[in-house]
Amino acid sequence: MASYKNVLVFGELLDKKLASITTELLGCSRKLADQLKEEVCCLLCGDVVGDLAKEAIAFGADKVYVVEDPRLKEYVADRYIQVAEKVVKELSPRVVLMGQTAIGRELAPRLAFRLGTTVTTDCLDLNIDPQTKLLLQTKPVYGGNALAVFTSESMPQMATVRSKAMSPLARDPSRRGEIIKTKADIDESKVKTTVLQTVKEEAVGVKLEDAPVIVTGGRGMGGPEPFKTILKELADLLHGAVGASRPPADNGWVPESLHIGLTGKIVAPDLYIAVAVSGASQHMAGCSGSKHIVAINKDPDANIFKEAEFGVVGRYEEVLPAFISKLKELLAE
Amino acid sequence: MPLNMIVCCKQVPDPEAPPSAFKVVNNTMTLPPEIKPVIGQYEEFALEAALRIKDAMGGKITALALGNNFVRDVIKKTLAVGADELILLEDPAFEGGDSWSTANCLAMAIKKIGSYDLIFCGRQSSDWDAGQVGLGIAELLGIPAVTLARKVEVVDGKAKVEQVIPDGYRVVQVALPALITVTSELGALRYASLKGIMAAAKKQPIVWKPKDIGLDPSQVGAAGRRAKLNKLFQPVKEAKCEIIQGENAAEAGAKLAVRLREAKLL
Repeated sequence: MASYKNVLVFGELLDKKLASITTELLGCSRKLADQLKEEVCCLLCGDVVGDLAKEAIAFGADKVYVVEDPRLKEYVADRYIQVAEKVVKELSPRVVLMGQTAIGRELAPRLAFRLGTTVTTDCLDLNIDPQTKLLLQTKPVYGGNALAVFTSESMPQMATVRSKAMSPLARDPSRRGEIIKTKADIDESKVKTTVLQTVKEEAVGVKLEDAPVIVTGGRGMGGPEPFKTILKELADLLHGAVGASRPPADNGWVPESLHIGLTGKIVAPDLYIAVAVSGASQHMAGCSGSKHIVAINKDPDANIFKEAEFGVVGRYEEVLPAFISKLKELLAE
Repeated sequence: MPLNMIVCCKQVPDPEAPPSAFKVVNNTMTLPPEIKPVIGQYEEFALEAALRIKDAMGGKITALALGNNFVRDVIKKTLAVGADELILLEDPAFEGGDSWSTANCLAMAIKKIGSYDLIFCGRQSSDWDAGQVGLGIAELLGIPAVTLARKVEVVDGKAKVEQVIPDGYRVVQVALPALITVTSELGALRYASLKGIMAAAKKQPIVWKPKDIGLDPSQVGAAGRRAKLNKLFQPVKEAKCEIIQGENAAEAGAKLAVRLREAKLL
């Protein structure tokens, strides 16, 4: 039986950089590997990886496995899974971490089933049990209404991690590590899916995930109009972005790309202003990492007031215009 | 050739119940009896995806669910909206499973059903939110999978799927048989017609036990788990919200701006 050792991060590249989730995973892996007195390995695949292997080392990796192949330019699960399977089988890592991203939420379960092991998806916290050396995997369940801690009874122990749940290390370009190039070995006969077309539906203005301030409207907004008028005015004033909870997205008031929550975007701005949002657990799962939450809701018993730091009980139609006009005064000072 | 479709469904505690209704007792989630179980929201979208294909080109839909103590009125909604057959893997031994044992049981049941062109699952369950069972079934059956579908059509013997990706979508073509997981953008499940409800009332689900799918009770449910649940808990939240008061809502709004400025948040 192979001995399982080290923590392997499945890295993702985005716009010719390491994706932020990857630097977060490296930071978290460093902590776990240090507890285990083992190494952090990172797999980077794409058509061109280039200097990003050095970046992965600067963010905490000891060894970076680089797989460059023109067929890996675009993410296709049937190809990426083959690369991930090959590298994991060669390395026999104790722990495999992926991001809870479009890629990770697809690859991780497939890889786990292929290897006959388990994966805990969407983890918020990972730790090593000092006695058993097992990975303690904490994830929200029941739509965010509870947290569960899992351990795996099989190897490797796999988890996907929610974005912004972990902190990256400070980039240290002087860190030393090893870069190992390896072949993709893709069997094209196992690729059963073909991407016919890719369509970007990008929102204009500040990207939600990067916005320092987010103004979010909920079911209580009553329709699409206020998202384009009063919420947008407030977001623009604060150089922020407009978001929505699930009902406005489901009702077609806003595009799905504005949906913040368990199955939508996960955001963690400095300031999160929730307007007419009830604060269902599924929504809070997408914004609870915000530094400061402000709630405006006409229902004093709304769950959002249990999550917020500041709140006003009242109809948004009355509260917001006064809030905005005062804000303009204050910003002009 | 009309398609054979299988939709995997799960009976879950109503995820729309207020957060205060969810209470963990002895590492188990409990809900008050007035909160009725429902078919998981994502499985409803999966069923709608299959129904739309049946509308367009005919075919047979088999709804498949695993658990114990199914509320017949809840799970028979699958028949009422247009599924042709309902198979329940129903036994106390099926309780307490994880993604592995659940996917394994469903894959064994699907093998027993035998002929299938498309298998639909929700993107994730509404209770454990793992998002693994569908992909696990595909791996165990050795068939391709496409996740997060918002539209599914069958053209020239292949499925054409609009898959949601960050900031957009892509159109993916996949050979049949294939497994597809469905997300909310596909649209809500249709309402059952009166005729559908009447017809469903007359149909009885087929019930299979572990041995019917070739498994020993020790291989299913809690006994078949590979992931161990160490702890289920609810972090205590301190209500620390500072409510800004005013003569009226407008005044409170203006005061909120002042307060946030003081706190250096604006």
